[in-house]
Amino acid sequence: MTEKISFRDVVKTFPMKGTDFTALNGVSLDIADREFVTVVGPSGCGKSTLLNMAAGLAEPTSGDVLVDGSPVTGPGPDRGVIFQQYALFPWLTVRQNVEFGLRLAGLAADERRKRAEHAIELVDLTDFADALPKTLSGGMKQRCAIARAYAVNPQVLLMDEPFGALDALTRVQLQDQLLDTWSQDKRTVMFITHDVDEAVYLASRVVVMAARPGRIHRIVDVDLPYPRTEEIRLSPEFGRIRNEVWHSVYHQGTAPAAA
Amino acid sequence: MAVITTPRKRATRPRTRRTERRGQVRSLVLNAIALAAGVAVWAVLAALNVESLPGPLAVAQKAGDLIADGTLADDLLASLRRVFTGFALGTALAIPVGFLMGWYPTARGLLEPYVQFFRTIPPLALIPLAIVLMGIGETPKVFVIFLAAFLSCVVAAFQGVVDVDRTLINAARVLGASDRVIFLKVVIPASTPFILVGMRIGLGAAWATVVAAELIAAQEGLGFRMQHAQTYYDLDTIFVGLITIGVLGLVMDRLLLLAERRLTGWQERR
Ligand SMILES: Nc1ncnc2c1ncn2[C@@H]1O[C@H](COP(=O)(O)OP(=O)(O)O)[C@@H](O)[C@H]1O
Ligand SMILES: [Mg+2]
Repeated sequence: MTEKISFRDVVKTFPMKGTDFTALNGVSLDIADREFVTVVGPSGCGKSTLLNMAAGLAEPTSGDVLVDGSPVTGPGPDRGVIFQQYALFPWLTVRQNVEFGLRLAGLAADERRKRAEHAIELVDLTDFADALPKTLSGGMKQRCAIARAYAVNPQVLLMDEPFGALDALTRVQLQDQLLDTWSQDKRTVMFITHDVDEAVYLASRVVVMAARPGRIHRIVDVDLPYPRTEEIRLSPEFGRIRNEVWHSVYHQGTAPAAA
Repeated sequence: MAVITTPRKRATRPRTRRTERRGQVRSLVLNAIALAAGVAVWAVLAALNVESLPGPLAVAQKAGDLIADGTLADDLLASLRRVFTGFALGTALAIPVGFLMGWYPTARGLLEPYVQFFRTIPPLALIPLAIVLMGIGETPKVFVIFLAAFLSCVVAAFQGVVDVDRTLINAARVLGASDRVIFLKVVIPASTPFILVGMRIGLGAAWATVVAAELIAAQEGLGFRMQHAQTYYDLDTIFVGLITIGVLGLVMDRLLLLAERRLTGWQERR
């Protein structure tokens, strides 16, 4: 297995009054090419910080963050990022939002149009291509953000609680849609969530983190076949893995005495 | 920590277009009633001879005279020219300076003390100084208006840049945007609503300032006309001036509000 993303002994501290605050303490994790990994853990354990370092939006205080074996020096179109707050440009239509990255890539107008059209179709927003974000529901906004990321065809998708603000039904629909596209194009996905069900349903591995200081608590393998179906979601095996992850998230015991 | 899913469905628009229209008509009717009542009270007060107040009819007649002999149009144009010159120069400078202050901490550090200091001085208080330094021509008047418009607008532009949502900037960065592109494609559009509000405040300030500036030294203009009328106890003309100033101020504000609506219609209103 080849590593797509590697975190090596990553430490991240934020300067605070008095002493520095350690957000991540010695995190090492390899994510294989085309793997779907989810990350769960209590709020404040450094999930977003970890993802932002892979995205190139933050730098590790010490340690290495590698993508394809080379250190991350900044954001790049090879890594698409999807934020919980959608982060759509509200003054642009769905189509213009999706074309934003394509424009920056210097694509010609007709090629841009074609790629955007395709991405919009993939997330089922064709009828809303010329709508402004303010007229869309939360689920549609996030689908637009996903299309915007897909359009530039990144090899890696970094998703930070993308479905966290959506209602349960929309969430399940988007999970299936995401797995659908992933099974076709097999990008590498790092997906943060606070929903244990979601973490198990999507991933081949669930990374469970612990807080204060932020670190990896456990990694749980999800030995369930793809495509994931409702049947799998309701199977006893799924339930067993879910319970295991649940347990390691909510009963982490006390932090180790030595940092 | 509990696993919480917050259902945040978009609220369906609570008011349909029809009820919205009905609400507008209703408030227009109320406005008209209030206006008519105001004029009636004015007429009654004038009839009772309170403080030798001129009645609506006398004022209307005076307005007719001033329109007929072209005085009102001349004064109006003179005042408007000053306001627009000062306002245009003020906002044209305020927007780049505000952006600069919002984008570069160095620029902010250098400029903020001056902006904050001059903001505490009412522009009118600078008129004596402006007259001494620049004479009694057009320059000091336009300068004071310029300053009033500039100071209102620069703070808005600056605040607009500072308040740009960080996630929008990050979203652009991860799509490959450079600092220049982020500034042009994210910061400018995102701060437009702030700037337009600043321009409205700036225009109000400019309008308030022009009249006062003309009270002091001018040969024409609405402020001058009222000042001139004052020496002759010509209350009719003063009333015509006041009403003209009020109506024009309102019209200009509405026009900018309309522009604001058109340019920032993408905003989610809560
Ligand atoms: N820019 C920052 N400055 C200071 N502290 C920060 C900053 N970003 C994150 N933190 C802190 O680091 C910790 C981890 O944050 P985050 O990665 O957002 O956690 P999570 O996404 O798991 O909820 C939190 O305690 C947070 O307060
Ligand atoms: Mg987070």
